[in-house]
Amino acid sequence: MPDAPTYLDHAATTAVLPEVIETVTEHMRQLGNPSSLHGAGRDARRVVEESRESIASDLGVRPSEVIFTSGGTESDNMAVKGTWFHNYENETGRNVLVVSAIEHHAVLDAVEHLVLEHDAEVAWLEPDSAGRIRPETLQKALDEHGDRAALVSVMWANNEVGTVQPVEELAGLAREHGVPFHTDAVQALGQVPLPLGEVGADLVALTGHKIGGPMGVGLLVAGRDQTPVPLTHGGGQERQLRSGTLDTPAIAGLAVAVRRAVSEQELHAKTMIQLRDRLIQGALDLDPTIQVSGPWEPGDGILRLPANAHLRVPGCDGDSLLYLLDAAGVQCSTGSACQAGVPQPSHVLLAMGVEEDAARGSLRLTLGRTSTDADVDAFLAALPGAVDRARRARGVSRGA
Amino acid sequence: MMRVVAAMSGGVDSAVAAARMLDAGHEVVGVHLALSQSAATLRESARGCCTLEDAGDARRVADRLGIPFYVWDMAERFREDVVEDFVAEYAAGRTPNPCLRCNEKIKFAALLDKALALGFDAVATGHYAQIREVPDGSGVRRELHRAVDMAKDQSYVLGVLDAEQLARAFFPLGDTTKPDIRAEAAERGFSIAKKPDSHDICFIADGDTRGWLTARLGEQPGEIVDTDGTVLGEHGGSFGYTVGQRRGLGLKVPAADGAKRYVVQTRPETNQVVVGTAELLGVDEITGDHARWCGAAPEGIVSVGAQVRAHGEEIPATAWADGDHVEVRLERRIRGVAPGQSVVLYEGTRVVGSATIAGTGTSRKD
Repeated sequence: MPDAPTYLDHAATTAVLPEVIETVTEHMRQLGNPSSLHGAGRDARRVVEESRESIASDLGVRPSEVIFTSGGTESDNMAVKGTWFHNYENETGRNVLVVSAIEHHAVLDAVEHLVLEHDAEVAWLEPDSAGRIRPETLQKALDEHGDRAALVSVMWANNEVGTVQPVEELAGLAREHGVPFHTDAVQALGQVPLPLGEVGADLVALTGHKIGGPMGVGLLVAGRDQTPVPLTHGGGQERQLRSGTLDTPAIAGLAVAVRRAVSEQELHAKTMIQLRDRLIQGALDLDPTIQVSGPWEPGDGILRLPANAHLRVPGCDGDSLLYLLDAAGVQCSTGSACQAGVPQPSHVLLAMGVEEDAARGSLRLTLGRTSTDADVDAFLAALPGAVDRARRARGVSRGA
Repeated sequence: MMRVVAAMSGGVDSAVAAARMLDAGHEVVGVHLALSQSAATLRESARGCCTLEDAGDARRVADRLGIPFYVWDMAERFREDVVEDFVAEYAAGRTPNPCLRCNEKIKFAALLDKALALGFDAVATGHYAQIREVPDGSGVRRELHRAVDMAKDQSYVLGVLDAEQLARAFFPLGDTTKPDIRAEAAERGFSIAKKPDSHDICFIADGDTRGWLTARLGEQPGEIVDTDGTVLGEHGGSFGYTVGQRRGLGLKVPAADGAKRYVVQTRPETNQVVVGTAELLGVDEITGDHARWCGAAPEGIVSVGAQVRAHGEEIPATAWADGDHVEVRLERRIRGVAPGQSVVLYEGTRVVGSATIAGTGTSRKD
């Protein structure tokens, strides 16, 4: 095994920026609860509110629209459940959730919970074969359910296959029908432009640790007219939406990371695209039977996330590939969630029309700030042996 | 140094086995087998080796040892080779031992084959048994032996492994007693050191085998009769009864002589359960098929010790093998030999091999 492993799983989490570590450490030394009225409290509150203003300015929204949370999952739950419960409690007659079939589980499972336990209805938006939710698909769903729809939820960019959605068009359609629009932009931040002020999304989920910020802190951008029902009750922090003592050091660190992500997005994307294209092209040159999931045009950073490569290797089980690459010092992911540790065929790939058998042979390789050409080389060097072995392993474990 | 898959159930034994393989200088990867068909049963299963909690416990141990850990989904193979076989055997009036089938078809076949294909050399498990390497010509031969802890000895359920499987197997616990393994687990800081042993059949969560079988085979009401054919009671399916069983017969008519009555035979073809006195249970002849040899097959008539159930007594016997078929003559009669169980043959502590019991008899009337 090489001395330093090659890390190609930046979409899972990425290295914390040195200046974030400094900021967090500095503020951990500072006494004070931002909700307290005395001097220590005021000092802490100043850090939180300056962080909020900094983030709002970077994202093009108002400071009052930034709700700090524990991360993407909480933000998604707050948007989906909170909005549905608001409609339920106020008997608005808006019971239908219009949701893309390729959402992260933070949205999917929140929706399924509402359907199973609270009689919510759902209209799934099916993607095309590239993993894109076409505006006409949403148009059709809104024509059918528009006056009964509580929320439209379509992620900005897919976490598995990297497809970037036509968010601006989709949000516009939702607005025309008077339905709030939520988007999980966790994977998009720092990779594609995120002009929240222009897009007109009502709710946007973001997290810190995918962009070099701390784990356990994120935010929900919630337009001022959005009144989701709070899921946690207590001290009434964050517009009464999210009670709980604010994590001053983490929020300060998050603001530093968002600033870097937004200000360096263009340059970062350019670097990532070069590495990604070399990785995908290299894999295809090694094994022409490999399929690329999602849209891929060399040089493109608009239709596909710059730092995402998603490959399907025929005849392999993803978990075998994962083990073999790990043993060869290359750390990556199959991209899909496990159930009790057992890799399941990805709901995203199945929704895109990929056969279950082919969906099992997935590899997601995601790049980050620390990625280099040497990482791509290490992956390409390890791939043929891993594929060869994984194919043999599937052969024997399938036979009776 | 070998590259070894340590099968980790989440229990104490397999945890210590993995640790010992690592201590011995091998490159070890932990693998937990997911054997339940659906996530729902993974969550519901209260004991055995398939719960989410067990997978988590195994992962925790692997993390502590600093070894990679994977969950391999063998649910389909397990259903086909172990669970369906189990149901079919009961339906045919036999009493299978699914642990033997699992070792033969899953742990040392599906798991081992996948491990070998991925570049591993062997599979290690937490079974209590020993492998001894003895000189054989220019090389060495691997023999399967009983564990030193006879109370825990699991060589019976490994009696289905052939020489090729044994060549790729490690049982690092065979030289230690169970209390010492628990103490070692605690010393190693494993949080599962006090976790209770698993019992019974892992895929029947509540231990109610008859209820589980009834849910799959359907209620099949039939008669409980004595050896003369007199009807003594009713049952919900002959598959729920095992030769030697005394409890749960629910007989309304007491025996004339007040003697205890046992199941002496099940007749799936007429769906009858035959009961009789204890003497009728005594047999000293066993025929077996599906013979498996842990090395070379014995030639001619050999003196052996025969064991007919897990943790059962070993009876001196002679055995004669002919291809897949084995005949065993016990030195004395024993009770409760159920077709479908395995007869495992020993020579001293060495496991010679095994066969699935097809029929039983008595050599002569006493």
